[in-house]
Amino acid sequence: MLLRPFSLIDIDPIASHNDKRKLIEEIVTDSRRTLSSRMTSVPRGAGLKGYEMRYSALNLVRNAFSGHRAWPVAWRKAAPQASYDVVIIGGGGHGLATAYYLARNHGITNVAVLEKGWIGGGNTGRNTTIVRSNYLLDTNARFYEHSLKLWEGLTQELNFNLMVSQRGVLNLAHTPGQLESYARRGNAMRLNGIDAELLSRDQVAAMVPRLDCSDRARFPVLGGLLQPRGGTVRHDAVAWGFARAADQRGVDIIEGCEVTAIRRNERGVVGLETSRGAVQAKQIGIAVAGNSSRVAAMADLHLPIESHVLQAMVSEPIKPVLDQVVTSGATHFYISQSDKGELVFGGDLDGYNSYAQRGNLPIIEHVIASALEMFPSFAQLRLMRTWGGIMDMTMDGSPIIAKTPVPGLYFNGGWCYGGFKATPASGWVFAETIANDAPHALNEAFTLERFATGDVLDERGAGPAPWLH
Amino acid sequence: MLLIPCPWCGPRAQIEFTYGGDADVRRPKDAMAATGAAWHDYVYLRDNPRGSHDEIWQHSAGCRRWLRLTRDTLTHAIIDSAPPTKEPPS
Repeated sequence: MLLRPFSLIDIDPIASHNDKRKLIEEIVTDSRRTLSSRMTSVPRGAGLKGYEMRYSALNLVRNAFSGHRAWPVAWRKAAPQASYDVVIIGGGGHGLATAYYLARNHGITNVAVLEKGWIGGGNTGRNTTIVRSNYLLDTNARFYEHSLKLWEGLTQELNFNLMVSQRGVLNLAHTPGQLESYARRGNAMRLNGIDAELLSRDQVAAMVPRLDCSDRARFPVLGGLLQPRGGTVRHDAVAWGFARAADQRGVDIIEGCEVTAIRRNERGVVGLETSRGAVQAKQIGIAVAGNSSRVAAMADLHLPIESHVLQAMVSEPIKPVLDQVVTSGATHFYISQSDKGELVFGGDLDGYNSYAQRGNLPIIEHVIASALEMFPSFAQLRLMRTWGGIMDMTMDGSPIIAKTPVPGLYFNGGWCYGGFKATPASGWVFAETIANDAPHALNEAFTLERFATGDVLDERGAGPAPWLH
Repeated sequence: MLLIPCPWCGPRAQIEFTYGGDADVRRPKDAMAATGAAWHDYVYLRDNPRGSHDEIWQHSAGCRRWLRLTRDTLTHAIIDSAPPTKEPPS
């Protein structure tokens, strides 16, 4: 098959006078400047209670003498206090990051994170760990690029090894039309200051030797769009790292505490009822992913969200065979290899409303069929585990991080199946939205009202059918 | 695998069906007179319950007829299957 040669526009990052690029730089620089001036009034460790021990080579050696039995707990098992300035409902990555950035960026430390299960037991521990910012729409691209930039420095900042691995995220094209749309998206990314490379079939074949790039493939590979800075981050470590860092700044992380009601008066929220008693709160942030509709209903909010189940699975661990994250939208499949050696892969939603945290076999069969069609040698592997998580699917496929019509109540959700990579930026802008009672520049478009006003952010152009995003 | 009872064909495998979403969204009756808010409710807002959920499915690889399925979204148990003409609760 003959293809017109594509090339992405070349932007010199220094000489560029591109407005979009300038804007994103200004936003990031501005947040850093604001941050450093705030940091002087909030000294690091202000909330410490004397049990912190930094993770370092020296402390590793020191703890070896006591058989590693003297390490302090990563975070306290806090019990709910009578009142807080801010309560975050949901102890997933987003809620913990929000609490961390409330303390770090805004000096608000009288904060509780309420989690009905345990830290890392929800979608933070169920996703497939991919981070990227390869988006077409400006709003999404800027937001996710801010997130990727935060990931790049987060291990050092949190003093917790997040195993950030920028191994590259490669989207495969199987049709000339798809390749054209990738050229368009790659150009849009570059205009937003994000790295993107358009690869030929030969380049893809050289980069991913196990991938069947021959003409015999059921869906022959024609090329791909690579974001070299994309990759993977260890998901559990993100929850634990943010929990530990937030706890060190005085945030109460309360596990096994389910919110049962949101109390309001005519001026706005006043507190919550939980399975562990009543808690007063001046401000409340909701970050509960698949349970968004249920928690929002406690404040009589009706959301443009449906909950759907998304499955993922891993093979037995093997030696390194796959160096990138490889995705194929056309065959509903993506795959990467964990540092432990397991191949981690998944595909589309099961496609019907679900809160079950487990799915059904037809999707597993479909995903594995795609896997074996593209990577025939993986047929030798055994499947180790499959699991499901509940996705908060919005009607346009983009998230909501916004104030709500109820004063003092803020909503963060609708992550569809892209929530993990957004974790740090989501926490960053949600903390700012709560602290200032006004959105950050990066989330001012992610409103609840955009569906009523027609300002939807439909990255995929799928329309208001949440199971298609 | 969901085993979906089609009112016309009997129990059939999930892969023969296409999901059509919440059965209880109501299109405004008078399209020209309906307010923007009424259209917003119909197009975008969903109850999204955890538990019993009435939904529309099409037996797309079978008789191609639509049906109204009542299904528990927490357990995936199927509670009821009926023709789509069944009057939705008002």
